[in-house]
Amino acid sequence: MTPAPMGETVLEVRDLHTHFFLRRGVVKAVDGVSFSIRRGEVLGLVGESGCGKSLTALSLMRLLPKGGARTIKGEVRLDGENILECTPAEMREIRGRRISMVLQDPQTSLNPVFTIGDQLREAIVRRRRTSGVPVMEEAVAALRRVEIAAPEQRIGQYPHQMSGGMKQRVVGAIAISGEPGVLIADEPTTALDVTIQLQYLKLLKRLQAETGMAILFITHDFGVVGRMCDRVAVMYAGRIVECGPVRQIFEAPQHPYTRALIASVPKMTGAVGRLATIEGQPPSLMDLPVGCRFASRCTHVEQRCLDAYPGTVRVGEEHTADCWKVVPS
Amino acid sequence: MAVVERPTSTDPAAPRLSLWRLVWPARVPGRFRRTARVPWIPIAIISVIVVMAVFAPLLAPYSPIDQTLRDKLLPPAWMEGGSDKYFLGTDAFGRDILSRLIYGARVSLMVALLALTAGGGVGLAVGIVAGYVGGAVDSVLMRLVDAAFTFPAILFALLLAVTMGQGFGTLVIAISLLLWASFARVIRGEVLSLRQRDFVALARVRGCSSLRIMLTHILPNVLNTFMVLVTLNIGVVIIAEATLSFLGAGIPPPTPTWGLMISEGRGRIADAWWVALIPGIAITLMVLSVNLFGDWLRDRLDPRLRQL
Repeated sequence: MTPAPMGETVLEVRDLHTHFFLRRGVVKAVDGVSFSIRRGEVLGLVGESGCGKSLTALSLMRLLPKGGARTIKGEVRLDGENILECTPAEMREIRGRRISMVLQDPQTSLNPVFTIGDQLREAIVRRRRTSGVPVMEEAVAALRRVEIAAPEQRIGQYPHQMSGGMKQRVVGAIAISGEPGVLIADEPTTALDVTIQLQYLKLLKRLQAETGMAILFITHDFGVVGRMCDRVAVMYAGRIVECGPVRQIFEAPQHPYTRALIASVPKMTGAVGRLATIEGQPPSLMDLPVGCRFASRCTHVEQRCLDAYPGTVRVGEEHTADCWKVVPS
Repeated sequence: MAVVERPTSTDPAAPRLSLWRLVWPARVPGRFRRTARVPWIPIAIISVIVVMAVFAPLLAPYSPIDQTLRDKLLPPAWMEGGSDKYFLGTDAFGRDILSRLIYGARVSLMVALLALTAGGGVGLAVGIVAGYVGGAVDSVLMRLVDAAFTFPAILFALLLAVTMGQGFGTLVIAISLLLWASFARVIRGEVLSLRQRDFVALARVRGCSSLRIMLTHILPNVLNTFMVLVTLNIGVVIIAEATLSFLGAGIPPPTPTWGLMISEGRGRIADAWWVALIPGIAITLMVLSVNLFGDWLRDRLDPRLRQL
């Protein structure tokens, strides 16, 4: 099958702010994130642990963790409709059908007391648009679609009887059973071993080509980004600091943080030496600096970096970076 | 023997994986495991008592209520002065102790069944709602549980008996009120950890409502724990029923219950010890058996073993 043509924007996030309101203060975990994804496109969202990647994803689903997390500002436009204004009942209709999600750990993603057939059926029955095809056959077809061998037998098995890779396929089958326009994949391959990772990524690519869905792919693995994504957004301390096509980001990273990240990825060629690291710690999300958030770790820091946030600079077609020192195109 | 096989704790023989292992676990060499074997003796005792309760009218040689004053306080058949007519002897009113014991099993088990259904069910529901919904709902429900724990259960049951009148219903309500809080507390703890699992998050991603998640995703996952709690609490209920009947706040005479039988026999414990001792032995055997069975069940359903 030929890849579906990249089309109109399906998901647009504008100036999203999700903060944790704690007794000790406000944790600005997502603090002004904007990006968009087009139909048939894979946008990678990369960044180190705790930079707000997963919370961004949960904000899009409007499934914030309990305990003070609130989206206080911004827009999430799904096919043009701002879903932050939807009622809980409308949200339930949107979830699964128009936007869906795969999580990191296949071991806990399935309910241990039900067979995978039962769990697939729950998703299918809930998302049913056409009646006629028996649910059972639809479930078998869904398993076949994610390349599970002998789906007729597998359908009666419990999650603990399957391997991690297979479980993650089942999770994928459940996630896409409602034919969502957007799939959020939150580090779906982190818990899988390397050979299975590759298979799973290929599967995701194929499913995307067949359905034309847009994928928001959250990861911290640049190797996976290069293989999967069309565009990358690099996140640091609650903000996207650089966003652009994969090739441009890899070949000509503009933001010092992106450059440092790419430099810290081990190379297959060349001398084996000490890996480059980024000195220091990211700023506390409770006490963010007024200026650039990367300033304290940046090797090119100047006075203006400390005085004010640089703002988003367009450095190429579709390529933006938040840095004082980049040259606008 | 030329070769001495030394069991090493570092390299235990890998257990064969089969469903049979769930019923009859393999002995792991070099590691001490408690209650690895099926407790057949407790199961047999429980079965006998259940059969007694169910078929009481068929099994009991005499009516448990009719008095034969001529035959009062006869010792058990194997003792001097005992009569073949009354195997376990008779009480102060000449009633057959065996018959009363058999009918008493009925009352005890009926109270246990109803009180565990009512109290356990309420505790299960409260635990799931408190654990899943969290926040203010959780705080309010758990403070209620704390309050229930601070209240002396026996005193409360006596109060109920006084205000509502003695009887079967009062007894079941009193025991249910004693049970629900401990159920709620344990189940809530279980739900708190389940709620963090990804399959709950993914059910919400799929668009399931909170009610649906609680019923179809949380509830089946706590049923194991619930069943273990039920078995471990059968003993508590039987003792509570016996205590309340003993204190006169339970089921009114002449209906036979084990607790009431002890109560009636306690005045003559010196000369007619069998009147109080025999139901006492019955309670001990029953409670010991259900507890041993419950312990075994808990070990069997241990999530760490379910990984097999």
